[in-house]
Amino acid sequence: MQQAISAISEWMLPLLVGVILLHGIVKRVPIYSAFVDGAKGGFGTAVRLIPHLIAMVVAVSVFRASGAMDLLVKCLHPVLNWLHIPAEVAPMGILRPISGQGSLAMMIDIFQKHGPDSWLGMLASTMQASSDTTLYILTVYFGSVGISRFRYALKVGLLSDFISVLASVFAVSLFSGMIHF
Amino acid sequence: MIDFIWLTLFLSGIVTAMFTGQMSHVANAILKGAESGVQLSIGLISAIALWLGLMKIAEQAGAVGWLSARLRPVARFLFPSVPPDHPAMGAILANMSANLLGIGNAATPLGLQAMRELQTLNPDKETASDAMCTLLAVNTASITLIPTTVIAMRMQYHSAHPTAVVGTTLIASAIGTVAAIALDRMYRAVDRRRRGRA
Repeated sequence: MQQAISAISEWMLPLLVGVILLHGIVKRVPIYSAFVDGAKGGFGTAVRLIPHLIAMVVAVSVFRASGAMDLLVKCLHPVLNWLHIPAEVAPMGILRPISGQGSLAMMIDIFQKHGPDSWLGMLASTMQASSDTTLYILTVYFGSVGISRFRYALKVGLLSDFISVLASVFAVSLFSGMIHF
Repeated sequence: MIDFIWLTLFLSGIVTAMFTGQMSHVANAILKGAESGVQLSIGLISAIALWLGLMKIAEQAGAVGWLSARLRPVARFLFPSVPPDHPAMGAILANMSANLLGIGNAATPLGLQAMRELQTLNPDKETASDAMCTLLAVNTASITLIPTTVIAMRMQYHSAHPTAVVGTTLIASAIGTVAAIALDRMYRAVDRRRRGRA
């Protein structure tokens, strides 16, 4: 099972690129200029991330270097353990619905410390990818049409974010072979 | 909210350092953190540009249109209050398709267009309609087929299997989305009952 999954993931990227290019040619898309046109946005996106990454990485570095992270991990251990959430990703889970770029910075921090393919790295990746920035979306979407009464939308968003975290733990456990059926 | 979290990270760090005697490490962390923040962003250019380029090809080849056609029955079930041939339905479908493909910067403008169309159907212009709440629930849970940004970051950090997140993300976001839709329906029913009484 695990070997099959890792074989699939090795093939996935080259196959995906091949399929996208072939499909583009079949549909008569000028693939080269379309690629260049899209890729242009990469620079802007990365540059827009700079202030967010500086802000978050500095704060997380301070939090970790002082020993506060270890303390939090120790304090939250029993509760999170019971929910099967590793304490290292707890700050990221709290930040995810509030700031997408902030939690992205925390994910990168976990990549640097544990590696993207580690259990924590996979969990952080899944948490980042499987949910969106609830508060941002609510503000922008409702704000754009002048809605001031959100009714139950915030409650639904935040509750489903919490469920997404638990679902991420479940999914990564499933793929790493920690849960057997 | 973000202000509070940011401040908490700093203050709790500094206060802890007073007790643990790690103040020199903290001082170092502030400077090193800013430096690595910049390096991280610059390092991301390659991977993000690669994915945005590939997704542009998929977009122009009609991947969004193809997915929209497939999603139509799902959208009818999710948005019973929206007439099937209303422009709002088209915008909702395009928004859901862009989310699935992980084209985040396309999903937001399409979602905002859907909101504008839904507002034309909304009797009370200051209160969110049922369909708006559902659109928000679907968007915040964001079921994802290809998490482009995260794959890009994983490539940047020399992951042996950058696309390994596709499977886990699909499962986790599917569970999250089902939960969001169920919660949305549940709260809608509660809301109706409360309004009925008042």
